[in-house]
Amino acid sequence: MTQVFLGMPAAGHGNLFEEEPFPQAAHRELGNTQMRKNLRHATHTIRDKRVKVVGELPDWEELRDAGSAIKNNAMANVEELLLQFEKNFTARGGTVHWARDATEANKIVTELVKETGSTEVVKVKSMATQEIGLNEYLETQGIEAFETDLAELIVQLGNDKPSHILVPAIHKNRTEVRDIFLKEMPSVDPELTDEPAKLAEAARSHLRKKFLAAKVAISGANFALADTGTLGVVESEGNGRMCLTLPETLITVMGIEKVLPKWEDLEVFMQLLPRSSTGERMNPYTSLWTGASADDGPQDVHIVLLDNGRTRALSDRFGRTALNCIRCSACMNVCPVYERTGGHAYGSTYPGPIGAILSPLMTGIEAEDNGSLPYASSLCGACYDACPVKINIPEILVHLRGEDVDAKRETHKIPTQMDLMMKGGSWALGKGKNLGLLEKALPLGRLMAGKDKKIKKLPGIAAGWTQSRDIPAPPNKSFRDWWSDEKESK
Amino acid sequence: MRIALFATCIVDAMYPETAKSTVKILERLGHEVIFPKAQACCGQMHINSGYMPEALPVVENHINAFDTDDYDVAVAPSGSCVASVKHQHPYLAERLGKPELKERAIAVGKRTYELSQLLVDVLGVSNAADQLGSYFPDTITYHPSCHGKRSLGLGDRQLDLLKTVGGITVEELPEADQCCGFGGTFSLKNADVSTAMLEDKMKNICSTGASACAGGDASCLMHIGGGLSRTGAKPKTLHLADILASTMEETVTL
Repeated sequence: MTQVFLGMPAAGHGNLFEEEPFPQAAHRELGNTQMRKNLRHATHTIRDKRVKVVGELPDWEELRDAGSAIKNNAMANVEELLLQFEKNFTARGGTVHWARDATEANKIVTELVKETGSTEVVKVKSMATQEIGLNEYLETQGIEAFETDLAELIVQLGNDKPSHILVPAIHKNRTEVRDIFLKEMPSVDPELTDEPAKLAEAARSHLRKKFLAAKVAISGANFALADTGTLGVVESEGNGRMCLTLPETLITVMGIEKVLPKWEDLEVFMQLLPRSSTGERMNPYTSLWTGASADDGPQDVHIVLLDNGRTRALSDRFGRTALNCIRCSACMNVCPVYERTGGHAYGSTYPGPIGAILSPLMTGIEAEDNGSLPYASSLCGACYDACPVKINIPEILVHLRGEDVDAKRETHKIPTQMDLMMKGGSWALGKGKNLGLLEKALPLGRLMAGKDKKIKKLPGIAAGWTQSRDIPAPPNKSFRDWWSDEKESK
Repeated sequence: MRIALFATCIVDAMYPETAKSTVKILERLGHEVIFPKAQACCGQMHINSGYMPEALPVVENHINAFDTDDYDVAVAPSGSCVASVKHQHPYLAERLGKPELKERAIAVGKRTYELSQLLVDVLGVSNAADQLGSYFPDTITYHPSCHGKRSLGLGDRQLDLLKTVGGITVEELPEADQCCGFGGTFSLKNADVSTAMLEDKMKNICSTGASACAGGDASCLMHIGGGLSRTGAKPKTLHLADILASTMEETVTL
């Protein structure tokens, strides 16, 4: 039997790229003190809520194990499950479309909207459509998309980019939100204050008109259930429910990794997701639909099943569990790096720890500056602890660093300082006697220290250390030598 | 018991006193300590920086040095290096297609303990003053390093030991579970973010009024201590082993 190598699955594209090296982006964002204040406050509030409600469940660890096992199984059988889903969704009056990448998905959605004759659509908050840049594409085709999730609305009105997958306007405080509404919302009360209830009311009356007029809605989906052909959206505000029920046409764009084998699997995820994402025991609005229902809700129901680099991620044996992600955002809420840099520093639609692995896995480590993302972590492991489906994010970050270094070996003809340090280190730390030999030079290191026995300035990449930290003068004698002198000679 | 000391490269070269303290503690409990001289480093710096082929000789060297019948258990005064031995060595062997090395790595990992893990779980130490004669008449606070706490699941083992040292006062560190920002080469590659994390850690340490911040990893302590030194702040850093080894007769000074 001959084996045919089909090649690496196609890379994803769209809003999945770090456009400048992360350290550079982080440097700029760290200087935004208002953003850092907003973010610290918001992430700490969600963190505390999550820890509290997670602590209420005696079987939380078992739930995480179950979530992880269900997802691993679903991804191992993704092809069969998607075909099963297609059969059941179609049998109930829905139409299934397949998109290899962002370009195909955008075209399919545009055609579907054009067929309705509508030039406006309302949107349920969706990461998949952010990822493929659907709103921007629709605009070029003369179709206006209105975000109806409050935070997405703030971001859209402010001509801004989301900085968090669940709380896209997390980088803004309520005074900044009021200012955006005053400037950008037609027929807004000029006396609008920054009270949350008043802001919500303003958004509510602005959106109500859109809901009642819309003929077409576009959504993402949190789950697709293969055994029944059901789709599900989990949201907090009820705007999603409006979009999913009022318009005549409903188009859903969903990443293929969202498929689950059966209805009963929701039992696990409807416990894991709300507690991990918003720190709530139960999700406020859970909408489930199976194809089209006669005389009830949208009659023209579509789903676009999106790959866009997901099979590429699936082909990485050390990285594929990243596809288990249920987009809860717990990892970014607990991440000390995200807390300080905010989401924009990561470039991609998916920021934070999960984004630092997903973006390179979906697009390839060599794409744009995605190679700098896996290093945007101190590997503290808070993300892994918080992840409801136990994605070992630190381990995948390290794995992708290996991919980055290997990829650059081919292109970097001149070794970097880091390359040289690592090559030297490989020799020095590869044998006890080599390290022992180097340690004989420790007294020399003492010469570098000042009178106060501190080394305050180092050259090259080590200057990154001494920009904010001293190094103590090394000892006269290593432990190894002390052991030989004191323990072995006796 | 015959205990092999895995000193770790940073302690061996920069903080030899901490390795000596580890030896003292174990000998005080009546155990024999050996130091396999072929050892050098766990290879974590290479692995975490993505230099996998370069990490291989370092990891192989560690496994060769410790894959012997010469001792009962191995111990290191570091949660991070032990976590690397236990988790990263099997990963590296798997990645580079070395199944036999992976098996040996797993075997070495099973016999390797972080200091507080060995003291509490294997050697049954629950009171440092009574069982080790530990005495340290000063006020400290304590930073639980991430890899020990999360990768090894050390829980409060280190803190509980510190609280039972004679003469000591332990002040609780606000936001203790937050990373200090070290992260190995992260501190060089992302120096700005690392420094921002360090600043918060230092602020919290200083708020306790303690004379020293204790911890179980020399590398994190070098980072925190280096920052405190640079800003001229009063608190010093001190390794758990040095505090446990300190006695009424031979008291460690800051």
